Amino acid sequence: MTERLTGAARRALADLRRGSEGALFQVAAILLAFIVGALVLYASGYDPVSAYAAMLRGAFGDMYGVGQTLTQATPIIFTSLAFLVSSKAGLFNIGAEGQFLVGAFTSAIVGIYLVELPWVLHIPLALLVGAITGGAWGLIAAVLKTRFNAHEVITTMMLTYVATYLTGYMVNYPFKAPGWVSQTVKIAPSAELPRILPPTQLSAGILVALALVAFTAYLLRKTILGFELRAIGLNPSAAESAGISINRGIMTAMFLSGAMAGLGGACEILGVHRRFIEGFSPGYGWDGLAVALVGGLDPVGSLLASILFGALRSGGMIMTRSTKVPLDIVIILQGLVIIFVAAPAFIRSLLKRRRK
Amino acid sequence: MVDLLDVINVGLFAAAIRMATPIVYAALGGMFSERVGVVNIGMEGIMLTSALGGVTVSYYTGNPWLGVAAAVAIGGLMGLVHAVVTVKYAGNQIVSGTGLNILAMGFTAYMSQILWGSRGASESVASIEDITIPFLSDVPVIGPIIGTHSPLVYLMPVVTVICYVVLFRTPLGLHIRAVGEHPTAAETAGIDVVRIKYMGVIVSGMLSGLGGAFLSLSHLNLFARGMTGGRGFIALAALIFGKWMPFGVLEAGLLFGFADALQMRLQSLGILPPQIILMIPYVLTVAVLAGVVGKAKPPSDYKPYKRE
Repeated sequence: MTERLTGAARRALADLRRGSEGALFQVAAILLAFIVGALVLYASGYDPVSAYAAMLRGAFGDMYGVGQTLTQATPIIFTSLAFLVSSKAGLFNIGAEGQFLVGAFTSAIVGIYLVELPWVLHIPLALLVGAITGGAWGLIAAVLKTRFNAHEVITTMMLTYVATYLTGYMVNYPFKAPGWVSQTVKIAPSAELPRILPPTQLSAGILVALALVAFTAYLLRKTILGFELRAIGLNPSAAESAGISINRGIMTAMFLSGAMAGLGGACEILGVHRRFIEGFSPGYGWDGLAVALVGGLDPVGSLLASILFGALRSGGMIMTRSTKVPLDIVIILQGLVIIFVAAPAFIRSLLKRRRK
Repeated sequence: MVDLLDVINVGLFAAAIRMATPIVYAALGGMFSERVGVVNIGMEGIMLTSALGGVTVSYYTGNPWLGVAAAVAIGGLMGLVHAVVTVKYAGNQIVSGTGLNILAMGFTAYMSQILWGSRGASESVASIEDITIPFLSDVPVIGPIIGTHSPLVYLMPVVTVICYVVLFRTPLGLHIRAVGEHPTAAETAGIDVVRIKYMGVIVSGMLSGLGGAFLSLSHLNLFARGMTGGRGFIALAALIFGKWMPFGVLEAGLLFGFADALQMRLQSLGILPPQIILMIPYVLTVAVLAGVVGKAKPPSDYKPYKRE
């Protein structure tokens, strides 16, 4: 018993140490991205300091800014958790965008057509359908992997495009609202997630997102399922000889991952847009991958990194208005963060050089 | 009722060949990268950046061929970045590629605004003129399909053959394949694995850059925001559909190019939802991976290589 406890304590300590070292990498990667971004700004004739200051003010300077930052962060929290859960099981689900769109679309359909439901049923039902269909979309890749050994990176990517065009078809043809915009009609009021910080678009979706952060942390750390998934991710053959079914694990992980992304899509529709509009996602699913990595593949890290990315988006808009710096510098920063995060060894060699 | 001949005619096939060109170039590039064990999903971003770079050079020099050269060089440079991250620092290939794509999306729109004051598109620049092959263009049916095209279109099958020869008829090709299939054995046999890997990834960038140049300097004569429209990802699909073989890639590229051309036709006529046709390359690729249409086995396991 004591042996097991000290073992657990030692592991926890090692985790912690690795965690803080990890956090240093993430911060270094972010700083490095901002430094390169400043060089780009400077080279193109802008003042990086005033641009960054305007961005910061815009993102956190007042209640409105904070509200918009959190609004932008909400969908990314879902998609980053989606990526995180799959990655813990050693899977690379880069198709969160597709699962997000599928969940968004089906929840919109439930929101539109199941009228005369009281909101206490209507909202949860729409969210549930969004999660299940998103999960099902993720499950396709899991089946392709377990039955045909098809790599999930490729299948989830291809399925994302299928989802983009499929939902695009739906809102251009069978479910198109009258008018020239490719969108559905509005969902019933009983399916609307309430806005919690008017006049910003921040909706109760952020609360669902926070709950999911807690759930994911609990799932991965405290449940047998979470343990099994992590075991598969760390060492599949050892997990298998310990009696864990790899195929079932892959299915479960991909379903959960897709469901998280789908739930995010549902929250975005029910809380922010209130209808499915073609192209409403500026790539939240792709952001999720980056954010999960910037967050060090930790649920709370995901939350913090989502807020960073949300702040970039909302602060960027204010920055463009006040300093005329093109908004796209924000996307450049995101790309740079991702590239630097991709190579921890590079950051490590930089830090080492510093210390010498 | 729309006449079927308004859709299926020689113009459609000519357009299919045109639309296949950027896909085939990028897919051939991706083939080299994947054959040395590095997935390059950053090809979309590389194409986009090269498309902008090519237009920029043509804008300032008035020479579109210098633009093409610049596009290829930029592609190679971005390939080098991908190689440094994934080979030298053993970083994750998918993450690095995603980063390149996002960076390219932001950077091209940013530069377009700095250079031309518009997020949407650049000014028109000197572009590569189509050439007409004498005699061939007079042959009925075939003439209108392949008789008049951009030189970059005619270069496509040539490059495909070169890729085939390099890969399967030269010692270098043997080294490339060995590095992908069995890096440790390759190293033991005295092959510089890291160098070959760098080379493969850089070539993938250069060929993607050529594809991007075709889009902005031949197909169009300007840079437009997001003008690659997912062709880098289609190229990845074509690579799988073509089973990582040069001529397979050419066929797959032509098939997907045909789908693209058909989709544009139908969109302008409004008879079949374009989304359904746009979906085809992706659905086909998933079907191939599921073994519905033949089998697809990648040429390497995409693991970072560590010298022992």
